[in-house]
Amino acid sequence: MPGITDNVDDIDCSDIEAKYRVEYDDGFDNTIVVDGIPVIDKSKLDKLLAKISKEFSRKGCPIRPDDISVPWDDNTGKGKGYIFIDFRSMDEANMALATMHNHPFDARHQFKVNKFTDIERYAELDETYVEPEIEEYTPREHLRAWLADPQGRDQYVTYRGEDVEIYWHGKPSQCELAYKPDWKDFLYVAWSPLGTYISTLHRQGVRLWGGSSWKPQQRFAHPLVKLIDFSPCEQYIVTWSNEPIVVPEGATQGPQYFSPDDEGNNLAVWDIKSGYLLRTFSTVTEGDSPNGKKQMQWPALKWSPDDKFVARVTPGQMISVHELPSMFLHGKKSLKIEGVADFEWCPRGDKDKEDADKEASATMNGKTKARENMLVYWTPEVANQPARVTLLSFPSRTILRQKNLFNVTECKLFWQNQGDFLCVKVDRHTKTKKSIFCNLEIFRVREKDYPVEVVELKDTVTDFSWEPKGERFAIVSSNDPNLGNPGPGITTKTDVSFYQLERGKNDFKLLRTLPNRTSNAIRWSPRGRHVVLATVGSSSKSELEFWDLDFNIEDVARREGQTSKEDWGSGIQLLGTADHYGVTDVEWDPSGRYLATSASAWTHTLENGYAIWDFKGQELMKQIQDRFKQFIWRPRPRTLLTKEHQRQVRKNLREYSRVFDDEDAKEHLTVNAELIAHRKRLVDEWNAWRARSKKEFAESRGQKYSVDQGGDGDKEEIEVWVEEVIEQIEEEIAD
Amino acid sequence: MSLTRKEQARKGTRDQSKVSRRPGHERSLTQIKFNTEGDLLFTCSKDNVINVWFSHNGERLGTYEGNNGTVWTVDVDSESRFMVSGAADNTLRLWDVATGKCLYTWEFPTAVKRVAFKEDDSQIVCITEQRMGHQCAIRVFDIDREGDGTKQSKDPRYIFNPVGSKATVCAFTLVPNVIITGHESGKVALFNVETGEEIENNERAHGEVVTDLQLSRDRTYCITSSKDKSARIHDPKTLMVIKTFTTETPLNSAALAPNKPYVLLGGGQEAMSVTTTSLRQGKFETRFWHKVFEEEVGRVKGHFGPINTIAIHPAGTGYASGGEDGFVRVHHFDESYFKAEPYGPMQIED
Repeated sequence: MPGITDNVDDIDCSDIEAKYRVEYDDGFDNTIVVDGIPVIDKSKLDKLLAKISKEFSRKGCPIRPDDISVPWDDNTGKGKGYIFIDFRSMDEANMALATMHNHPFDARHQFKVNKFTDIERYAELDETYVEPEIEEYTPREHLRAWLADPQGRDQYVTYRGEDVEIYWHGKPSQCELAYKPDWKDFLYVAWSPLGTYISTLHRQGVRLWGGSSWKPQQRFAHPLVKLIDFSPCEQYIVTWSNEPIVVPEGATQGPQYFSPDDEGNNLAVWDIKSGYLLRTFSTVTEGDSPNGKKQMQWPALKWSPDDKFVARVTPGQMISVHELPSMFLHGKKSLKIEGVADFEWCPRGDKDKEDADKEASATMNGKTKARENMLVYWTPEVANQPARVTLLSFPSRTILRQKNLFNVTECKLFWQNQGDFLCVKVDRHTKTKKSIFCNLEIFRVREKDYPVEVVELKDTVTDFSWEPKGERFAIVSSNDPNLGNPGPGITTKTDVSFYQLERGKNDFKLLRTLPNRTSNAIRWSPRGRHVVLATVGSSSKSELEFWDLDFNIEDVARREGQTSKEDWGSGIQLLGTADHYGVTDVEWDPSGRYLATSASAWTHTLENGYAIWDFKGQELMKQIQDRFKQFIWRPRPRTLLTKEHQRQVRKNLREYSRVFDDEDAKEHLTVNAELIAHRKRLVDEWNAWRARSKKEFAESRGQKYSVDQGGDGDKEEIEVWVEEVIEQIEEEIAD
Repeated sequence: MSLTRKEQARKGTRDQSKVSRRPGHERSLTQIKFNTEGDLLFTCSKDNVINVWFSHNGERLGTYEGNNGTVWTVDVDSESRFMVSGAADNTLRLWDVATGKCLYTWEFPTAVKRVAFKEDDSQIVCITEQRMGHQCAIRVFDIDREGDGTKQSKDPRYIFNPVGSKATVCAFTLVPNVIITGHESGKVALFNVETGEEIENNERAHGEVVTDLQLSRDRTYCITSSKDKSARIHDPKTLMVIKTFTTETPLNSAALAPNKPYVLLGGGQEAMSVTTTSLRQGKFETRFWHKVFEEEVGRVKGHFGPINTIAIHPAGTGYASGGEDGFVRVHHFDESYFKAEPYGPMQIED
């Protein structure tokens, strides 16, 4: 027939062939290639094969000589130096690969094992060099953009219900919403210590956000994470989950993920910039009975202030210090300390930081030697040995100072934030062990030989707090019999005392005691001088007291350290008192100008919300919000101004403040106008809506509506019947 | 500035308010209602008796006896001729306002939680409780106004079961055969009573049970209160939320003040949790909020327990509140309430 091709071969069937082509399983998955076989001639073949099979079988991969095929070079009549081995299954082949690779066969030969399929693949590899595409560089947002705020405001974050909001806080007119993220399903939020990042804890892990547009910055895949802790310089992050790490089959592998080696651990250290996992630990120490419910200490890993070391204590045994960023054990051994209970790193003061910077910039100049890291630990009394507090420098591991203590129940270590002083609060018991009293052992760390001074107290000290950058501290003490057994309605009576270093005598002297308080929390302003005493966690009392410790001393004078001696303790002045019902958290803003108090729904559900006060105790703002959970100020990094520069600013404070006063006055006017305009807009909107809805109903109802309206004019009429006796005449009627 | 504003509004109601406490009820109040003219105040409570009072002096005019269980709800028609009540004895009763006689009784399988008259008095709507295997039902009855009122039809004109969360409050809208309901889940919805069809709903109007729903005087908008601590003004055509008033206690009642741009909110901590939680007073004040600016302007103290129900005099000259403490408190606004303009002179439509 015309039109139809007779010749079948002319038909192009390649598409059909391609479609139905059977993919042959080349079956070489079970085959391995072993290189490094001695080159022999045929006579020795049987012997060699027997020897190889024996080697393999000895290592747990049984093969028979039949499985081996030997390629033969017919020209030379010798072997080619490699063999093929067939296994029954791929698993066995893999097993052989793992065990026999690099196996020394004899003195001169070593097996090199490969999979047959691999050899083929690598042989076919395209060897032309393709230049990798270079990703276009997009500059990242500045992570500290918020510090450039022209009004110098601080930020805070609130977490309420499922909503997170970040606000600016400044003068009343400058408080506004900075950002409302749409983060979903997380436990809570936390700022990093210098305020660069904000983190959220999700089921899948931790996420960091930052920059002016709050983009995601980094993430750490630690499933079911419950607690996190940043290193002081924000280089590393520690995550913890109560669930041990499980790496499921087929989980993504890589430097940012857990590997099977990490299974069973629950503490992980990550590098923030790269997102890489550095190391994991287990918080369960051997020998702990699984039922023994012991409170885990958090942070479980303690960072040296320069991010160079991280240490953890194994109670009773040792302190292990790891170097960063390798996370290797420093010096390859832990500090073995019999009975060690707890330790703390010495914080770095501003001076230390400057020294460290100088040292870094001029390493040749050996004159400015920065202070070594220091840590302090204590060991309780064991048998005949007294309890002991030890000051140790690190990494040199030299013991700087040791102090023996007797009749010790418990020690708490408090560093002043500049690392100038260390206070060891020692709870001691009398010989009968019936009552407890308290000693404060104060180490002056900046002085030669680290002198120690003791402040003896009769009462139990429940809270201790150093003034930041100062030479004062405050304590809450109590001799209330109710102490230690809190119950509903019971408020423990406390005394609050302030102590100050007396320069001449070099000891700490009582400034003043405020008796009969209920306060149980001390909150120093981050700039010192101001302190707030609060009663938190009580159902009946919620007092806040705002104190100024240098009321009649010019600020400048104090900074220069010219405290006059005659008015000892007289500068203490109560600025104001306030009350925030059900307060659970009290926090100063980083500038020391404002105080925030909050009542979190995590503790109770009465009147949750937050309030912001100025340093004098004036309420600036109060938000009662249902299901309110968290309030945190955004921390600030250390100022970049030099000491000299700061002094200049203080000197010319008057001039600076004049500018601000003008701004305030101007703003006051515009704010009022704005408020009035806003209200007018609201009223107009409302009236427009009313007119619209009235009209709609009138149209749909026709006349009926107008009748209804007519009824509005009716006034309430009350009829009152008043009976009035006008005249009463008695008449006698004669019969 | 805000303080003085609050003071002003507070002064306006408290100083010369003629507070009258009456031993009329022995148990907590459930609903109170003014008649159209505002001269009579109907109150019902858990003690089975309905009272009617003269609102201007607090004298009791009479009682309506016969209910055999908590009276949950009352409503009175625009002529003050018939009054209707719903009670926990599973009855809906029609009363003669003037004589106190029970004219007709309907019986249901479960308690009656809410009744309301239509604006032309021709129909009533009632909600019955969901209990003992019976679904929550909404029924509409025709009221025969001819004759002495004893001849009513036994069967409802319309009956339907709202699907989903049970209804707690309801009222007729101006659209024929359309009612607006508030539900236990916090939903506010519009139903066509003829078909039982849900015309429109706002599932997220409130976060918890809707406790009260009151209409504006011209019935063109309404306010709801809820245990989620907020009250909201709705447009009953679109169910759009127009205004929101967020307080710090659960609310039991909300009312719209005529002629003045205020709303009155009442509530307080639940009776059962008062003793176990806060030692402070449980905030049993009536709160006055500005209707347009959504700001609190004043409070009136008085009750010893949560406020269960608030009603405003139709002429806007006073209000009454009924509390868990068993008291009804009637307040008359004094001169300064009408004169005060806490936000300056403004023309705000009612």
